[in-house]
Amino acid sequence: MKTFVCIKRVPDTSEAEVKVDASGKDVDSSKFSFDINDADNYAVEEAVLIKEAQGGTVQVVCMGPADADVMIRMALAKGGDSALRIDDPRIDARDPLLSAKALAAAIKGQGEEFDLVLTGCMSNDDGNMATGVALAEELGVPHAAMVKKLEVEEGKIKAHRELEGGIIEVVEVVLPAVVTIQTGINEPRYAPIRGIRQAQKKELKVLKIEDLGLGEDEVSAAASLVEMQGFYIPEVVSTAEIIEGEPEEKGEIMAEKLVKGGLL
Amino acid sequence: MGDILVLAEHRQGELREVSQEMLTKAAELAAELGGSTTAVLLGSGVDSFAETLAGYSDKVLYIDDPLFADYNSEKYQKVLVELINQYKPELLMIGHTTQGVDLAPALAVEMKMPFVADVFDVQVADGKLQPVRQYYQGKVNANFAFKGEAPYLITFREASLEAAEPSKEGQIEKIDSPLKEDIEYRRFVEYLEAEVGDVDITQSEILIAVGRGVKEDKNMAMIEELAEAINADLCGSRAATDAGWLPHDRQVGTSGKTVKPKLYIAIGISGAFQHIAGIKGSKTIVAINRDPDAPIFTVADFAIVDDLFKVVPKMAEKLKELRG
Ligand SMILES: Cc1cc2nc3c(=O)[nH]c(=O)nc-3n(C[C@H](O)[C@H](O)[C@H](O)COP(=O)(O)OP(=O)(O)OC[C@H]3O[C@@H](n4cnc5c(N)ncnc54)[C@H](O)[C@@H]3O)c2cc1C
Ligand SMILES: Nc1ncnc2c1ncn2[C@@H]1O[C@H](COP(=O)(O)O)[C@@H](O)[C@H]1O
Repeated sequence: MKTFVCIKRVPDTSEAEVKVDASGKDVDSSKFSFDINDADNYAVEEAVLIKEAQGGTVQVVCMGPADADVMIRMALAKGGDSALRIDDPRIDARDPLLSAKALAAAIKGQGEEFDLVLTGCMSNDDGNMATGVALAEELGVPHAAMVKKLEVEEGKIKAHRELEGGIIEVVEVVLPAVVTIQTGINEPRYAPIRGIRQAQKKELKVLKIEDLGLGEDEVSAAASLVEMQGFYIPEVVSTAEIIEGEPEEKGEIMAEKLVKGGLL
Repeated sequence: MGDILVLAEHRQGELREVSQEMLTKAAELAAELGGSTTAVLLGSGVDSFAETLAGYSDKVLYIDDPLFADYNSEKYQKVLVELINQYKPELLMIGHTTQGVDLAPALAVEMKMPFVADVFDVQVADGKLQPVRQYYQGKVNANFAFKGEAPYLITFREASLEAAEPSKEGQIEKIDSPLKEDIEYRRFVEYLEAEVGDVDITQSEILIAVGRGVKEDKNMAMIEELAEAINADLCGSRAATDAGWLPHDRQVGTSGKTVKPKLYIAIGISGAFQHIAGIKGSKTIVAINRDPDAPIFTVADFAIVDDLFKVVPKMAEKLKELRG
């Protein structure tokens, strides 16, 4: 199996204060910590598990700045063979359809056939849940989205798509195909020390628009058919009663409210 | 101009509510744009769905064909391409559901349609559609404009509004399927029901829910103590069940369970929309989170903005004391 796996570097904003920057179209990310997108971490593990079971190769694909190399090397340390990083600020990476076009060009540009392309089902920052399925169309192959179990058979896969309410829809898809991976499909490993050393020597190619065989007019913001007009911080409308006090007191106050308020 | 197509969604013999929600929004937009609404329904043996949809839409176009007994992105895409070319709507709305996200992006690429994903509201400004979506898990919003030519495409988030009562008597039109043969490269195999566990949290009166903020498996002991003090069942966010702190059948949210307890205590949960969708039926929600901007506070009745490791042990202690 020749597998490509797409990984994105995303900020952890779960506890961070998010502020719109001066451009009005981005956020100030100077204080964020970044790492591999959640779902992509599972996609890397799935690709490596398939390689371990069936042989073949795993190529990592990422569009992002040089700072993403740390995360890419981690994926290589876990079993990836080589990596491609698209690094070109002219590409409008906020448009999932243009991201898909660039990622597809990088994959096709390797000149070899592929069997499987894995992506995450959702990026934590943009959350379009669109890039993987758009990528399939760009590559001209079928797909299955939100996959929580993957069985590779001869020339095809059985993909367990996780639907609302946890119901599973099993579909059979002929290879080559794109699969978008849902979190929880496996248990992502930690990179082994030896792997980390080896990963430093593995090939990591950096690609610009020209290397992708695309024109700037195909992937720049001007090529996007939609225009993001600006970010704004939504008003958090909370009608909650805020429990005040010292940290240790708050639990006690809440306990009293629950018991005396008849909420239990 | 101004006509809106809405792809109705159904599964395992049931029309999904997102269909009526989208038609409710579509009716509002069509009124502003001076157009009409059309529900598109693809299925087999779905006469009754067509009738239901007619209550929400000016028109229902439907294909009733065994080839559409089960959803298949590839077949849906082929048919939608035909319908879009024929009807040339201003806007096509597809649910931002596990079905819609498996379909819409590929359709957008094939048809070169201006596309915005996971839209939770659409406004009309100067006669132009303006979709609104979130970034950073709900911490930032953005308004969009379509630049290219119609038809435009959006996937619309489930439960972003409440469906109106049916008030229309739409015209129902059954059409022939443009798809004559089954396809080989993607095939529906079967549905598997979700796992059932020892406790059915959809029936629980008191639930304590944990999220990634709890950090490690070993901290679950502290949570269990709190649960014991008030006889609560444990559940969690997807992050908590993915991490293995709780079995998968204890996951609350769109891809887990919808719960409706008397009391729901969310500990270290940010409140992603997929999680919040599952807890709206709770009578009282207590949220403990040290991030004051966490979206969970938008649905909470009581907010404790602090370190859960300081709050939870004292809360458990006090509850034990009070309940003796
Ligand atoms: C198709 C799809 C379906 C999904 N379905 C579901 C679903 O059904 N249910 C679901 O829950 N999710 C679902 N998700 C995932 C969802 O998008 C979120 O990723 C998930 O809900 C996040 O879980 P969390 O709140 O526990 O973690 P995070 O978002 O990481 O939040 C952790 C929170 O803990 C707080 N915290 C950290 N440390 C402390 C401390 N010491 N004291 C107090 N607070 C602290 C932080 O401020 C933060 O707000 C789905 C995603 C997809 C793509
Ligand atoms: N810049 C990128 N580089 C590599 N992969 C990406 C990039 N953007 C999106 N993806 C992939 O597409 C998935 C879905 O992203 P999204 O459509 O933004 O929710 C992610 O989980 C990644 O696997």
